[in-house]
Amino acid sequence: MTKTPKRIKIFGQIVLSIGMILGLSACYPSHSQSTFDPNGPVAAAQLEIFWWILIGASIVFVLVEGILIYSIFKFSGKSETYIPKQVHGNHKLEITWTLLPAIILVIIAIPTIDTLFYAASPPKHALEQHTLEVIGHQWWFEFRYPNPYENTKEIVTANEVYIPVGYPISINLESVDVIHSFWVPKLAGKVDMVPSEGNSMWFQANEPGEYFGQCAEYCGTSHANMRFKVIAVPEPEYVAWLQYQASSAIESTDPLALEGKNVFKSAGCSGCHSINSTINKGSVGRIGPNLTHVASRRHLAAGVLMNSKNGGPVNDFYLQNNLREWISDPESIKPGNIMSAQAAVYTNSDRKLTEHEISALVGYLTSLK
Amino acid sequence: MSTFPISIPRPTNPTGVWNWITTIDHKKIGIMYGITAFILFISGGIEATLMRIQLAGPELDIVSAAIYNQLFTMHGTTMIFLAIMPLGAAFFNFLIPLQIGARDVAFPRLNAFSYWTFLAGALMLKLSWIGGATDAGWFGYAPLTSIDQNPGTGIDFWIISLQILGIASLAAAFNFIVTIINLRAPGMTWMRLPLFTWMSFITAILLVLAFPIITVALIELTLDRYFAFNFFSVANGGSVVLWQHLFWVFGHPEVYILILPAMGIVSEVLPVFSKKPLFGYATVVLAGAIIAFMGWMVWSHHMFTVGLGPVANSVFTITTMLIAVPTGIKVFNWIGTIWGGSIKLNTPMLFSLGFIAMFLIGGLSGVMHAVSAHDAQQQDTYFVPAHIHYVLFGGAIMAIMSGIYYWFPKYSGKMFNEREGKLHFWLMIIGQNLTFFPMHFVGLDGMPRRIYTYAEGMGWDLWNGISTLGVFILIAGFLVMINNLGRHWRNGPIAPADPWDARTLEWSIPSPPPEYNFKEIPIVKALDDWWITKQENPEKVASIDEGSVGYSDGNHGIHMPQASYWPLVVSVGILIAAYGVVFNNFIMPWFLAGIGLIISFIGVYSWSLEPVNDPDESSSH
Repeated sequence: MTKTPKRIKIFGQIVLSIGMILGLSACYPSHSQSTFDPNGPVAAAQLEIFWWILIGASIVFVLVEGILIYSIFKFSGKSETYIPKQVHGNHKLEITWTLLPAIILVIIAIPTIDTLFYAASPPKHALEQHTLEVIGHQWWFEFRYPNPYENTKEIVTANEVYIPVGYPISINLESVDVIHSFWVPKLAGKVDMVPSEGNSMWFQANEPGEYFGQCAEYCGTSHANMRFKVIAVPEPEYVAWLQYQASSAIESTDPLALEGKNVFKSAGCSGCHSINSTINKGSVGRIGPNLTHVASRRHLAAGVLMNSKNGGPVNDFYLQNNLREWISDPESIKPGNIMSAQAAVYTNSDRKLTEHEISALVGYLTSLK
Repeated sequence: MSTFPISIPRPTNPTGVWNWITTIDHKKIGIMYGITAFILFISGGIEATLMRIQLAGPELDIVSAAIYNQLFTMHGTTMIFLAIMPLGAAFFNFLIPLQIGARDVAFPRLNAFSYWTFLAGALMLKLSWIGGATDAGWFGYAPLTSIDQNPGTGIDFWIISLQILGIASLAAAFNFIVTIINLRAPGMTWMRLPLFTWMSFITAILLVLAFPIITVALIELTLDRYFAFNFFSVANGGSVVLWQHLFWVFGHPEVYILILPAMGIVSEVLPVFSKKPLFGYATVVLAGAIIAFMGWMVWSHHMFTVGLGPVANSVFTITTMLIAVPTGIKVFNWIGTIWGGSIKLNTPMLFSLGFIAMFLIGGLSGVMHAVSAHDAQQQDTYFVPAHIHYVLFGGAIMAIMSGIYYWFPKYSGKMFNEREGKLHFWLMIIGQNLTFFPMHFVGLDGMPRRIYTYAEGMGWDLWNGISTLGVFILIAGFLVMINNLGRHWRNGPIAPADPWDARTLEWSIPSPPPEYNFKEIPIVKALDDWWITKQENPEKVASIDEGSVGYSDGNHGIHMPQASYWPLVVSVGILIAAYGVVFNNFIMPWFLAGIGLIISFIGVYSWSLEPVNDPDESSSH
């Protein structure tokens, strides 16, 4: 019996140190979707409540597992014929271990509910200044901003959303098809995008940077390929960006791009993809992402293909390769996507795009800075 | 009766396959349930393994997106409806009559019907892999299940097979409720019922109350898909959130349907191998009942991010936190049971202790989910699969393994190899922690669940690799188990009636029990009656093995219910009708469904008028 405490101690040390190593390495704040690196008040408040419950749970874990392991060592290995006292229970003990957890849980519930209301209620000045409309599609995100230059219109973009640093942003969530979920781990916990049931949330980025987001509610075949970025920039830069997004598409004079523009119409692309930067407020957009300024976006195909080496501003070489890859075989990049299932150039072999047409399209789309 | 057109005599002492097909003996049905469910458990495990291989590294291309989505949908549906539930049913069947001192269940033919109908549903679901299984998730959220989103037959197979499984579960649940209320031996009062029987009783009540809800939801979905109704069609004024409410009002009690029998098993095993009665028997029973009751008030915690608003979320935060209290009570009482005991660390005991250790982790991560403000970060990430697997694998499956080993001598009549059993335990403990613990990390690191692939550089590679490695250790564990139990079932050492010095009535009869279970119906005088009998009268143990004759005894002169063909016929009719619903234009509209219904109807009709073999004839062999 004298050996037992030592064994338990060593065992406990091993478990604790493994736990700490695992715990620390799991928190890599550098990871792009880590919830341990909040960069805004909502995510920070949510993380704070998590630390409390994590500490509480860890204490319960160590205590209960400790008592369990201790009693296994302490009460095993007795003689076969030994019959312990037949204890049937102990009322005081049982009442204690009923009430104590109940009280602890109620205590945890209070800050939880507080944070719940905090995260659910956008600050008033966010509602007045910065509201953003997010619409879920299989499998990409549409973003709409109120147009400061024409208030019956909205500015439309896709899969990449710019916000001004240090301002709370109020977000309205919708979906046109199935349920999606809008999630930027470093800025705020997710809220679902439910067809016909508008939801709202808010977040704020404290520092400039690129924040990864991803659809979190299973939404069909390419659920895994429904990603986006929030790009937080200083306010002047944001205002400039918004103004640029509101401007109409660049008219290139490059002959290949001009040819591509014709292909864009004749091949049927324009049936689903708009080249108008704005849309009437509240109206339903076209099926596919708005391409007015597609060549200014850092990613293609809802965050799946990067248009530069390591994030950051667009590199035309990457952009052209990605566009070519996407137009040639969208199914291999985003299985199940509507374009490869419905667009005539993919379903009807007579209308299949030629290599030359693809090059022209790539040229045209690359010109849409 | 002579006017009855199909008056087929009952099978008399059938042998071989026919013996099993026509049996209505609860023990044989229990064994069939167990083996069938274990095979289905393996099939769900294969689905899981394929997913883990696909996720072993970033951007792998082992299975396609479409197949992956089918895999996780089928894995979830299989493990819940075709593995853990029927494994629980296997124990209900085999044990409840033995534990309460009865000769069979209240409705033996209905019991056979439950099994065959379960098998029909299972076959239908698993065979839907041919031609494309459902890929809408085991929770089947609208509108992914709509005909526009999902025109294939996968969803139809899923709907109809769940309905069939519902019929099987309801029939079984009613059977066990009636059995436990009516067939308890004299003196077996409610507060003397073995804990496993208590938990089974509570589970059966939950089943009866929960299944109608999913049935209604599935009928609505069927109407939407087949007849263009609009329950879940937003374009026509339906609501997709309605489905979530219906599904989780069923789905959360369903979780307790899975875990309560497991808690019952552990509450049997711990006292036996601690040589102490269960600590706070009444409290544990009450805690089980409270869990079952409160299980109805927490469903929306599956929907914290759906946008029900902070008020609704606050309410469900509190109820969800409170349900941890009765669960905690159970854990503390189990520790109280082993405290001060004489613990024997053999295979069943190790699994039960492992259950407590693992279930605790699942319970704590459950409380973390209940902290709904942070749940917005956890919901639909890998943190949730981590939690659910600690509860259902570390919890339910560990306890079921404990039960499989603990009662092995009773149902097989043989002893297993203890060393191999322990090896299985250690492989499983290591394997499951390697597989499931890293899921906490990747979840909090922002990895959504149900994604068939992930990009490089997200920081999820290492933990996913470790998870996948863990699966192979689990597989090794199960191979050890199958080898151990399979080999010893055939030619292991003969088991005595009471190898564990146990406490409940099933150990007071030979291993395996004779067809009639108890030669004389026991008279119960106390909780843990068999233990007290042995304490007062130690010679009694030695005498039970005499006259042990195994399952095939026909010579006992005790009047037992007789075998029947009809339960199987009814189930076959249901299976045909079910295929008829999916392929509703085969030959002509609803032709096959009609044929199936006619067969079922003939079966039910003949069943109700089935002649009883002449009692004189049966006692004359």
